[in-house]
Amino acid sequence: MEQFELKPIVPLHVFGYDVSFTNQSLLMVIVVAAICLFLPIAMSRRRLVPSRAQSMAEVSYEFVANMINSAAGEDGLAFFPFIFTIFMFVLFSNFLGLVPWSFTVTSQIAVTFALAAVVITTVVVTGFTKHGIGFLRLFVPKAPLLLLFLLVPIEIISFLTRPISLSVRLFANMLAGHTMLQVFAGFVVALGGAGGILSALSIAPMFLIVAIMALELLVAFLQAYVFAILTCIYLNEALHLHDHH
Amino acid sequence: MELAAAKMIGAGLACIALVGAGIGIGNVFGSYLSGALRNPGAAATQTTNLLLGFALCEATGLFGLVIALIILFT
Repeated sequence: MEQFELKPIVPLHVFGYDVSFTNQSLLMVIVVAAICLFLPIAMSRRRLVPSRAQSMAEVSYEFVANMINSAAGEDGLAFFPFIFTIFMFVLFSNFLGLVPWSFTVTSQIAVTFALAAVVITTVVVTGFTKHGIGFLRLFVPKAPLLLLFLLVPIEIISFLTRPISLSVRLFANMLAGHTMLQVFAGFVVALGGAGGILSALSIAPMFLIVAIMALELLVAFLQAYVFAILTCIYLNEALHLHDHH
Repeated sequence: MELAAAKMIGAGLACIALVGAGIGIGNVFGSYLSGALRNPGAAATQTTNLLLGFALCEATGLFGLVIALIILFT
């Protein structure tokens, strides 16, 4: 579909690899610039009673801090900058992707898988630096010995599929949502061009698009939230293994 | 020609994954509502688990979509 196509803006080839500056790169630059501008500008005139922009910045900060505190405990807060960056990047690219004629960065599996790979690498590195080789106890739950023959492979498989499920969830949600919007927009165009009573009926899918757009706004936030909280949960396992914090 | 037709049928069959996702999402929200009506005081504390369960459920349905796309475009 046209809206998911990469279009090179500045063609660039290095050592036979295509590293062109595409519309996706442009949107990623815009997303990062928007986040980097939003936080300092919102916090530039600090007041005890916050203005609207200031409270937006404060709410996003406290939201992520509470999420880490409840899901990964006190020592998870060391990872606040990492999780805040991931949350804001996914949130802004989901929302900016909903703007007509823009491009959804997170609808590309390459982007979401890179994010998921960074998350899982962090989890593994954290686990091994904190517990050493004892991190492998993560795969051995408390259970009778006979059951362990069954449970250990399951735990290993579930750990190995995490980067896939983490990336595919975000990518497929964005892809499905935008495809659905396009299909309903196609209904409007087809009905509107049919003439007579059918043209008047084209208002019905039009209202549906508005409703789906509201749903997509919810999904855009929800997926950023789910991505961040799953990161917290995985980090919690790396920090505390099976014990509760 | 037959290969193209078989691909279309396969992609359609992959959408059966949505049955499970529908049942799962309905179960998540239904169970949350029945629990929340019995004990409204605890309802607010469980919204994180609710959204998490919803997202995990929805993802399984979307894996079907991914398989359909793989069948269609490879």
